[in-house]
Amino acid sequence: MKQVITTRQHGMFINFGKIYANLLQLDTSLLFQKILNIQYSSACFSQSWIVLLLALSSTGVAAGEDLQKIAPGIYLWLGVHEDFSRSNKGRIANTGFIVGSERVAVIDTGSSFQQGLRLREHIRAVTDLPIAYVILTHMHPDHALGTAAFNEDNPTVIGHQNLADALARRKTTYLNNMKRLLGDSSEHTQLVMPSHSVSVTQGMRLDLGDRWLELKAYPTAHTNNDLSVFDTQSGTLWLSDLLFVERIPVMDGSLLGWLKVMDGLIASNCHNLTIENRDLSTTRHNQNQQPCQPISQVVPGHGPVVTAWRSALATQRRYLDLIANQIRQIISEGGTIAQAVETVGLEEEGNWLLFNEYHGRNVTAAFAELEWE
Amino acid sequence: MTVVSSINQIHRLCNSFAVLTVVSALILLMPTQAGATGDENRWFQIKSSLIGDNHIQDGQEILGLDTPKRAMDAAIVPITIESKFDQTPERYIKKLYIVIDNNPSPVAAVFSFPGNHNWKSLSTRVRINAYTDLRAIAEISDGNLYMVNNYVKASGGCSAPSLKDPAAAAAQLGRIKFRLPESFTAGDLIPTQLMIKHPNNSGLQFDQVSRFYIPADFVRTIQVTYNGEEVFTADTDISISEDPSIRFGFAPEESGVLQVHVKDSKGRTFTHSMNLPEQRS
Repeated sequence: MKQVITTRQHGMFINFGKIYANLLQLDTSLLFQKILNIQYSSACFSQSWIVLLLALSSTGVAAGEDLQKIAPGIYLWLGVHEDFSRSNKGRIANTGFIVGSERVAVIDTGSSFQQGLRLREHIRAVTDLPIAYVILTHMHPDHALGTAAFNEDNPTVIGHQNLADALARRKTTYLNNMKRLLGDSSEHTQLVMPSHSVSVTQGMRLDLGDRWLELKAYPTAHTNNDLSVFDTQSGTLWLSDLLFVERIPVMDGSLLGWLKVMDGLIASNCHNLTIENRDLSTTRHNQNQQPCQPISQVVPGHGPVVTAWRSALATQRRYLDLIANQIRQIISEGGTIAQAVETVGLEEEGNWLLFNEYHGRNVTAAFAELEWE
Repeated sequence: MTVVSSINQIHRLCNSFAVLTVVSALILLMPTQAGATGDENRWFQIKSSLIGDNHIQDGQEILGLDTPKRAMDAAIVPITIESKFDQTPERYIKKLYIVIDNNPSPVAAVFSFPGNHNWKSLSTRVRINAYTDLRAIAEISDGNLYMVNNYVKASGGCSAPSLKDPAAAAAQLGRIKFRLPESFTAGDLIPTQLMIKHPNNSGLQFDQVSRFYIPADFVRTIQVTYNGEEVFTADTDISISEDPSIRFGFAPEESGVLQVHVKDSKGRTFTHSMNLPEQRS
């Protein structure tokens, strides 16, 4: 290993034993690819001129592409508030990087190999330091599919303990979805599996040189593999899709779990890597705890950086709690998912971008979860 | 129930189960055709393996099919099938096939009805991966076949027909619930929901940690009985969503026992019963 990665618990080193570099070809992938190719070729024709125009106008790292320096050494490449499309090339989620005195950590790599390459160009425009870590905050294709662009840097790819399994289960679907929705922009995209994982009971610290990052894995919330990154130097907490700002939150894990995680965050005064784990820990564990550090700003997975992060979390919580309560009511009256989709939470439409694209999905998934309460 | 009828029942169960397995296997091995006729070819091959050369008639007078236009969550797509005529021992839907053409295993479920209970509506939840036709095919007791179908668009980019939380699903595997209205009138059709906690795992994914394919683990047979008499039997497959849910209508007598027997692909069996009216203890 080039770098020191220490875990919080007892100062133990995590198990580096397993490297999962192999990319897999499942029997079904070809079959799906063929089916989707049909859809793609018919949809592609009408939009090909748009693709052509964009291809002509977007080579190299253009100015004004929303790369923001949000604190010394922390850069955010803001995603656009749109759904995946050929024109936005899938750059719909926030990605970024953090620069220490010795090395760089990338946080999320975008939805394609090409987006990963452009993020890498952004990094190289800022620093020549080695790109040592790629941190994937969760499985979704708008965040986790550009990692192959960093292969030449040979980074340590880190994710939640459930990330590899979650990606393996969705590999074929995600790659095919991106091919269908992004067209040419998805070319050369392949899945890179995390080589190291962070467990829910045990955080991870990364040394970037005069700057430590604290990685924390959460119980099932937005997905079953959510990971946050805390920069101890600036107090920036990169929550990724645990927080959506302006854009409607998408629930793909557990609504109840997510509410709980949000409650914990809202109630916390500061960032503490082991705060969730006190029940499981020994006194030795507590002795190893880092001091609790104030959170100066939060980076959501979608939307701008927020300093009033508690109220941003509360806004998201209010929406999810509201649909939970309305769905519970429908369940208690013997209603169905279809009825819930038609009636629940419609008053929220004006509060969120992309409401019509994702609200029905949230209601559907929440219904299936809540009827087992 | 006589011994003879229960043996018949087992035969019927085995037959439709065999059909389902054979069709699934054939389709998984089947090459798809490129071009505009690909979907039609696929349906043609599914049809051949399912019902051979038998003619299927337009089913709009017989069946209703309600599906969302777009799969919102690829893992949970609610569908409802209506029977448009009273189910009587003289004329009833004997078998109901649910087919999702472009899923890896297209035959999602085969329901068998003994014809002794009326029903109007049947709902379940399925996985939908790609743009696809979804079909409901009824085999009537007189031997005629009828079909209705809807086109369902795939969900957006970040939705997948996968388990949201495999660990949580495994922890509760085998829990079963019936949900019914709190009060009912004997002889009236009441909406009844059967819910089964089960990951209903396809087995098509590779486990990065164990380096093996995650074994298929799904519900294969669901048989619902009322006072020992079959209400329906469903042979199910990996296209059914995790935590299978079936909402059906049936008309209970003044009192009786609703029971379900579930068998999964690993040979586990689960049973659950409920006294109607519910006796709260």
